[in-house]
Amino acid sequence: MSRLRPPVGADDHALGPADAPVTLVEYGDYECPHCGRAHPIVKRVLRRLGREIRFVFRNFPLGEMHPHAVQAAEAAEAAGLQGEFWRMHDRLFEHQDALETQDLVGHAKQIGLESARFARDLESRALEDRVRSDFDSGVRSGVNGTPTFFIDGVRFDESWDEETLFAALRAASQQRR
Amino acid sequence: MSQPLAPDTPAPDFTLHSTPDQQVSLHEFRGRPVVLAFYPADWSPVCGDQMALYNEIPGEFARHNAQLLGISVDGAWSHAAFARDRRLHFPLLADFEPKGAVAKLYGVYREQDGCSERALFVIAPDGRISWSYLSPVGVNPGADGILDALEKLGAGAR
Repeated sequence: MSRLRPPVGADDHALGPADAPVTLVEYGDYECPHCGRAHPIVKRVLRRLGREIRFVFRNFPLGEMHPHAVQAAEAAEAAGLQGEFWRMHDRLFEHQDALETQDLVGHAKQIGLESARFARDLESRALEDRVRSDFDSGVRSGVNGTPTFFIDGVRFDESWDEETLFAALRAASQQRR
Repeated sequence: MSQPLAPDTPAPDFTLHSTPDQQVSLHEFRGRPVVLAFYPADWSPVCGDQMALYNEIPGEFARHNAQLLGISVDGAWSHAAFARDRRLHFPLLADFEPKGAVAKLYGVYREQDGCSERALFVIAPDGRISWSYLSPVGVNPGADGILDALEKLGAGAR
C-alpha cells in the first residue's frame, strides 16, 4: 500500500483546520487537463465538508510531457512567498492555456502581486528546489499520475468523481470522531 | 490469477526487439540492477501513465546504476511511435512473437485479455529476482516500490 512520505508538515500549503478529522492531499500539475477537471470537483468537495477537512496541494509537474508545468508550479510557489499561493493556484487551473512566462507575470499582476519581486522569485533556485522536492516526495509516496490523491496518508485509487471522493472523505472523517 | 516469479528465483533470460532492427537480451545487463516493468499496452489514454512517470525520473534509476526496461505485447513499430510521441528515454521491448512469451515466463500474462499484467520485477546484478510486484491492472503501481527495492539492493551490496 502506497503511503504519503513525508507526512503533511509545516512547509505544506494547506487549507482548513490543522486538526480537521480528515486530510486530503493532492499531487497535481497545472498543465495537466485531468487536474484541471479535478480542480472544481475538489473545490466543491471542500465546500461540502467545511471544517471537517484539511486540503494540501503538492506539486507534481510532469515536465517531460508538459513543457510549462514546472514553471507554472514555480509561479504558484512565488505567489506563495507573497501570501497568495491559493489565489495563483486557482488562477492557473482556470487558465491552463495561458502558462507562458508572460502569462504568469500577467496572472501575478491580476491577483495584485508585486511584479518585480514575482519575476525575480520565479527565477530563484530555492523555488526550483521546492518544486523538485515536492515531486520527489510524490515519487516516493507512490504518485502514479496526475492528479493523485491521498486520504489521511493513504493513496486513493478509486475514481475522483465528486460523489466517490466525497463519500470516501466523509467516511474517513466519521471514523475519526 | 497470475503468479509472478518470486524473489530469489533466477530471472529467466530473454531476447526481444527494442526497435524494428535492434534486439536486447537480459543477460547484457548482468552486473547491474534491472527494472523490468510489464504493462498492458502502449497508448493508454491517461496523462502521467506508468511509462511517462518512469520517464520523469531518470536520475533515480541512474543513481542506482539500474537499467529500466518497459515491456508489453505491442510490436516494435508501435513501441517506436509510442516512445517518440511520449519522448521516452528508455527501451520498450516487444513481447510480440510468440505473443506474450516473456510475460508467460515471468508468470504475468493475462490469457483472457491477451496482454501482460502491470507487474514489476527488480533483478539483482547477479541475475536473481530481488523483488516483484503485481498491481491491479487498472492501477498504475507508481515508482515507490521499485525505488525501495533498489535501495535495499544497494544497502545489501555494501
